[in-house]
Amino acid sequence: MAKAKFGIVVFPGSNCDHDSLYVAETILQQEARLIWHKEGSIGDVDVVILPGGFSYGDYLRCGAIARFSPIMKDVVRFANNGGLVIGICNGFQVLTEAGLLPGVLLRNQSLLFICKYLHLRVENPNSNFTNQCIQGEVLEIPIAHGEGNYFTDPDTLKSLEDNQQVVFRYCDKNGNVTDEANLNGSLNNIAGIINNKGNVLGMMPHPERASDPMLKHTDGRKIFDSIMQSLNLQLNVVERYAEERS
Amino acid sequence: MFHSKVYVTLKKSILDPQGKAVEHGIHSLGFENISEVRIGKYIEMDIDADKQEDAERITKEISEKLLANLVMEVFSFTVEPIKE
Repeated sequence: MAKAKFGIVVFPGSNCDHDSLYVAETILQQEARLIWHKEGSIGDVDVVILPGGFSYGDYLRCGAIARFSPIMKDVVRFANNGGLVIGICNGFQVLTEAGLLPGVLLRNQSLLFICKYLHLRVENPNSNFTNQCIQGEVLEIPIAHGEGNYFTDPDTLKSLEDNQQVVFRYCDKNGNVTDEANLNGSLNNIAGIINNKGNVLGMMPHPERASDPMLKHTDGRKIFDSIMQSLNLQLNVVERYAEERS
Repeated sequence: MFHSKVYVTLKKSILDPQGKAVEHGIHSLGFENISEVRIGKYIEMDIDADKQEDAERITKEISEKLLANLVMEVFSFTVEPIKE
């Protein structure tokens, strides 16, 4: 039975590429390969991960140069054809710069780089990336960024909310969406959004850093398991994956 | 040849915490009469074009597509011929 194929794009300055590779290969037991940003094609993959890091040193703006990397044309094509794309942290910034997701990530309101575990509330458990979660579930997943303050214009914000495209919000450990829990100052506590079609996710927290039981926190695994479930529906490998997990 | 100078700043509607921090510094320095400090970016480039209007068009396009993110920023620029 075929395994799912993960493609992880590597930009100069990416630094969570190997963490993502590790999760896909070792934790999920799927096929995965790194794709250098200069390649013209992502090849035969089922899901693309744009990993965290500091692509091009965050010069000019986070993600601004990365979106002109040769590989991005094919990532955009893949996304427009309905392929699953997840951008984590810097990957989220690249997705907004590339126009695959609306809005932008501003400098954290505190001006501080924040690296810590925090809580996210699942706002939409029906997406390709959250189908293994329940409505309102609280996930504990770390963030590590200086520019994660989500901003967009009022009309776009309204359409994101109306279409249930906000999938994660920063919250306290009990699931209350508060200003105190909104460490970077994001509009409406937004931690992650999907595109209109629901096949592209951008999130600032790092699920790949919370997927290995050895690290105690495994809530991030639910996002990867959700991706697997979505792929399985497409790929018809659902039984095999379910067997391996049980 | 022309020389472009592009200025990129956050939109007025967007809080500029960096500008605020610098403003505090300016006040500590003793200049209490300073307000509305905003931090921006300044980019210079030379453009090999024949006409002023071409150089301006190119500068505008580069600014819109790369140098500024119009979701959060505004830009302005000047273009001057380089005397050879």
